[in-house]
Amino acid sequence: MSSTATIEKPKIITAEGKPARDVHIAIRDLEMSYDGLLIQRNLTFDIYRGEVFVIMGASGCGKSTLLRHCIGLMRPTKGSILYEDRDFWASSEKERINMMQKFGILYQSGALWSAMTLSENIITILERYTDLTKSEMKDIAHLKLSLVGLSGFEEFYPSDISGGMRKRAGLARAMALDPAILFFDEPSAGLDPISSRKLDDLILELKESLGTTIVIVTHELASIFAIGDNSVFLDTLTKTMIGYGNPKELLKNPPRPVIREFLTRGEK
Amino acid sequence: MTVSLSGDWRFGKGKGHPATLFDKRHEIPNVRSIVFTPGDLTFWDLSLVSFLKKTTDQARQKNIPVDISLLPQGVQKLLALTSSAPPPDNEMPVARVHKSVLLALGFSSLRWTHTFEDTLEFIGDLILSIGRFIRGKAQFRMVDLLQILRDCSANSLPIVTLISFLFGIILAFIGAAQLSMFGAQIYVADLVGIAMAREMGPMMTAILLAGRCGAAFAAQIGTMTVNEEVDALKTAGISPIDFLVLPRIVSLAFMTPFLALYAIFMGIIGGAVIAKIMLNISFVQFFTEAKAVLTPTQFGLGLIKSFIYGILVAYAGCLHGIHCGKSASAVGAATTSAVVVGIISVVTAAAITTYIYNVLGV
Repeated sequence: MSSTATIEKPKIITAEGKPARDVHIAIRDLEMSYDGLLIQRNLTFDIYRGEVFVIMGASGCGKSTLLRHCIGLMRPTKGSILYEDRDFWASSEKERINMMQKFGILYQSGALWSAMTLSENIITILERYTDLTKSEMKDIAHLKLSLVGLSGFEEFYPSDISGGMRKRAGLARAMALDPAILFFDEPSAGLDPISSRKLDDLILELKESLGTTIVIVTHELASIFAIGDNSVFLDTLTKTMIGYGNPKELLKNPPRPVIREFLTRGEK
Repeated sequence: MTVSLSGDWRFGKGKGHPATLFDKRHEIPNVRSIVFTPGDLTFWDLSLVSFLKKTTDQARQKNIPVDISLLPQGVQKLLALTSSAPPPDNEMPVARVHKSVLLALGFSSLRWTHTFEDTLEFIGDLILSIGRFIRGKAQFRMVDLLQILRDCSANSLPIVTLISFLFGIILAFIGAAQLSMFGAQIYVADLVGIAMAREMGPMMTAILLAGRCGAAFAAQIGTMTVNEEVDALKTAGISPIDFLVLPRIVSLAFMTPFLALYAIFMGIIGGAVIAKIMLNISFVQFFTEAKAVLTPTQFGLGLIKSFIYGILVAYAGCLHGIHCGKSASAVGAATTSAVVVGIISVVTAAAITTYIYNVLGV
């Protein structure tokens, strides 16, 4: 596919045929490369406010790389990422930091700061962006940890808790500033099926109660179908997106056989 | 040609099984096709699959059809699996093999350019961070700073004590052997005092700190890089340079002169002990002589050096930690690099500062 191909705004396929909603994140003609090697190109799609958006594809296709571009850790080779119509990478560093205040990120490993207690992990972010008093920050940290079922673990260090609890604590930290967008990198990785299901339920609750836009990188089929409102499929071979829409709709009408193969665990 | 497989085809069990049918030791005449039969095959494992794989690959190159349909199902399935693996993607970075010297040189140059750019960026960020620190706007936790200060000072005292004392002894031994030939034994105090104060005290301290604190800095920050903790700081809008690097640089810059001062005194005590034992110079005589030559300037010159060394050791540790790769082995490599670069930087700085002192006549 030529890199100069015309980019059209994609049409969303929703399961219920709902009208298009407010675009929260717009990816336009994005090209990503690492160390001179092309990862993905011609990525153009919209993420709507308040939806759970899944970035899916086979291992090594560039899902996490796309997420790293979205959260400001990697600069795209070409194209743009727009948050509420503001070009993230064309903005100044100060503006980018302001935009990043609206992000909450749950990393694959949880990425809790290991030298701090769970409470301090949350307070550190609050100290950076708010003028709250110490006791107010402690209360908020307690509240956030309670939301993810970790009340009573405030003074525990990340090394003292299990992998699933670390993920939940990571989510509590991601929610520290009540973000408008939550990014999840492989949230189910390393979790048992029950913990994974509980995390999915928590994500749905957050979406429904807070109206947060949620972007998830995953290849867990159960999660994709359970919580995904909309999705994009990145292809390893063609190095571009080959599917966009509701995962269940994509399964019913896959634009390419590889998508059906992926969504049915290898059935051809 | 029909090949009958018999006996035990397991690793380390069967005897004299060839690696392939086309082994030089087993010359086979011109054949049009090969059919493998199980014969009285008793046991087999991947040793047999390996033999069949090599044989079928070589037969394919020679356009000889191979029939394995009579072999056990398990063997056939495993052989099919080994044949179905996709070839490596040419664009995968790990698959880059630089067969050409020029290509290897080009990639090596690019790598060095990246390293140079990263280093410059780090230095730039660090200068900005120091500016924020001076203005009181750098974001780091005071508890982290105090903990690092303790690790770099009190916890380093035992090793600094031992090595400095022994180094004083060594210097005194060398001096005693030479100076006693001229009846100038008393000048052992001058030798040990000046050498420890101006050069060896600060340098030995810095080398010990490179091994102890520099390595620890690289390992701590490197592990945080691997665990995405550094990424989490960046996306939280917190500068990793402010939060992780600055407290470490400040700690070592502040504590190295104090540790060097302590090392100087321990070295002089070591020298005094040897002077007493070997040269029968009393402690009073030794310290009176040492005091005469050890002016505040001598100490000051040594402490300026130790301040520079402290910054260099912390810089090397933090730089390699921040630029650590994403694997456990990368943390090990970062730690090794931090120590090596730290020591080289310290010795180079020692040479440069000594030259400058010499030019300035101090």
